Amino acid sequence: MSTAERSPLFLPAIYLGGIVFGLGLAISGMARPEVVLDFLQFQDFGLLFVMGGAAVVTGVTFFVATTFLDRAPITGDEYKRRVKSFDRNVVIGGSIFGVGWGLSGICPGAAYASFGVGNYPILWAIGGMFLGAYAQGYWRSMRSADSAEQGADHASSQD
Amino acid sequence: MTELTPLLALGELFPRGILPYAIGGLLVGLGASIIYLSTGIIAGASTFLESTLSYVSDVDRFNRFKYVQSRDWRLVFTAGIVSGAAIWGLVLNPGIWTTEVQWWRLLGGGFLVGVGTRLGKGCTSGHGVCGVGSLSNTSLVNVATFMAFAIGTAQLVMALGVNP
Repeated sequence: MSTAERSPLFLPAIYLGGIVFGLGLAISGMARPEVVLDFLQFQDFGLLFVMGGAAVVTGVTFFVATTFLDRAPITGDEYKRRVKSFDRNVVIGGSIFGVGWGLSGICPGAAYASFGVGNYPILWAIGGMFLGAYAQGYWRSMRSADSAEQGADHASSQD
Repeated sequence: MTELTPLLALGELFPRGILPYAIGGLLVGLGASIIYLSTGIIAGASTFLESTLSYVSDVDRFNRFKYVQSRDWRLVFTAGIVSGAAIWGLVLNPGIWTTEVQWWRLLGGGFLVGVGTRLGKGCTSGHGVCGVGSLSNTSLVNVATFMAFAIGTAQLVMALGVNP
């Protein structure tokens, strides 16, 4: 969908969804690294209800929409499930993310919410996330540029 | 006495109670559902990092069509998350709260989160909430992996006596 044919309701709907999402993260305590670390250190298992509760709601929504509904009213797009292809990066990336989450107690959505509740030291984490995202993007762009050159030499290249 | 024991055990598992966690989780799911039902978009929070970098960097990776095309609504989604949390922090539960976790843990952990979520195609909201809600095997494997490594790391940090 191009920007030109967007409904005027598109960005307000995204904003409204974001507000409810962020309110939920704030109420749940996930915006507090201490709460997340307590969960990971087996001192408070409440976080299971955050991720579990959220996944149940989206699960029901996805099921109802893909089974009974036709197209999204604002965009006219078909309802689909979130199914991404599997490769080893899913495991490598998950491992690196896990170490980072266990060290800092903060993940991206919760970090934005944490800033919203006024926790300004979280800017360290948000800055770190941008640096990390930049580092992997830079590295992958360099690598694919390299393999494109090699591909020209060897006539065969992968990914 | 025998009836009290399970309750006592539950209290130890959930020292802050269950209600705020459950309400918060339902709202997170509701927020994702509002966006999905109205637009068909399955929103994750970490793609924002790369799509926003496309505004300031000309590295190929960040300027792929799907990032440039989605970067404005991802900014709006993130602004919504900040606003929703601010409604809580300023109106519903006023009073500033800041984390005690040390800056180097936030910065270093954040860096690894930035690398890992982008390499692994998603984070706690994309894989953990939307992917699990879709019963995607890729997401279930990713969540199991990051949970195991996060628990291991947090336990190690605690064992080393780093606090907070």
